[in-house]
Amino acid sequence: MIKHGLRDGVPIALGYFSVAFSFGILAVGSGCAWWQALLISMANMTSAGQYAGLTVMAGAGTLIEMAFTQFVINLRYSLMSISLTQRVDDKFKGKYRALLGFGITDEIFAVSMNTGKSIRRSYFFGLIIISYLGWAAGTLAGAICGNILPEVVSSALGIALFGMFVAIVVPEVKAHRPVAIVVIIAMILSCILRYVPIFSAVSSGFAIIICSIIAAGIGAVLFPASPEETEAE
Amino acid sequence: MDTGRFFIYLAVMAGVTYLVRAVPFVLINRKLTNRYLRAFFNYIPYAVLASMTIPAVFYSTDSVVTATAGFLTALVLAFMKKSLLTVALSASAAVLISSLLLSL
Repeated sequence: MIKHGLRDGVPIALGYFSVAFSFGILAVGSGCAWWQALLISMANMTSAGQYAGLTVMAGAGTLIEMAFTQFVINLRYSLMSISLTQRVDDKFKGKYRALLGFGITDEIFAVSMNTGKSIRRSYFFGLIIISYLGWAAGTLAGAICGNILPEVVSSALGIALFGMFVAIVVPEVKAHRPVAIVVIIAMILSCILRYVPIFSAVSSGFAIIICSIIAAGIGAVLFPASPEETEAE
Repeated sequence: MDTGRFFIYLAVMAGVTYLVRAVPFVLINRKLTNRYLRAFFNYIPYAVLASMTIPAVFYSTDSVVTATAGFLTALVLAFMKKSLLTVALSASAAVLISSLLLSL
């Protein structure tokens, strides 16, 4: 089962390598030593949170500011954690959750929810370990030899993770009308938060929370789970 | 950056990030019975992915044009149910090819 996790983690690791590579460059550019950039990535494994954290560090912000920024940007992981608790198998609990909970990221969440059955801890571990390696290696490579990758290649890698998201969402949208409606609402809300000037103060992490809660909430009211689905999920 | 200060920042950053992930994961141990809540958490993954992708995907490369080429490629291949890796790499390839074409 670890093998399956490793296999499904390959696209995540590739995408992470490129995203982390640019994080490594940025971190060194904002005054971190290479090992500091690497440690940030190894201790956090979260893209948006790390970028924000770097900004706080570079601006010599307060620790409260650091804690609050991380909390707001990463709060979406709590939503994902709760969704995951409904899908993991019976052996995946206690210390395993405390340990592997470290590795809940947007991508790992998305891929593990996509398996269509109960999530085993070995599968989840496989997903995390290869993604983690990609994330750490990418950061190290970016921090040490930032400019070896031609601009055009790093730009192309920038879309890899989004490509993966599309691959997860589209088949579900095709198969289930409620999911299609939820997805459409989420996309519209996300564009409103992004482009309507009065919302420009909303951080991207918080925008994702607002959009997802409203879209999934409308979906739940319109299309609640049928009682017999209880065990099927 | 001063090393002592760095480690304090790092500890706060990593601590908050870990707790936000692990606390709900460890504490919630039973299946939700409320049908509305269950549906809500079933829809959350797709709502999260959709709002993270749109409109951010259009700004993920060097230009909106190449990003659109990559995104459309991903949409078509995903519609054909290709694997995650195929879709992700093809989107990247489409961006690479279109930006090379644009620079001619």
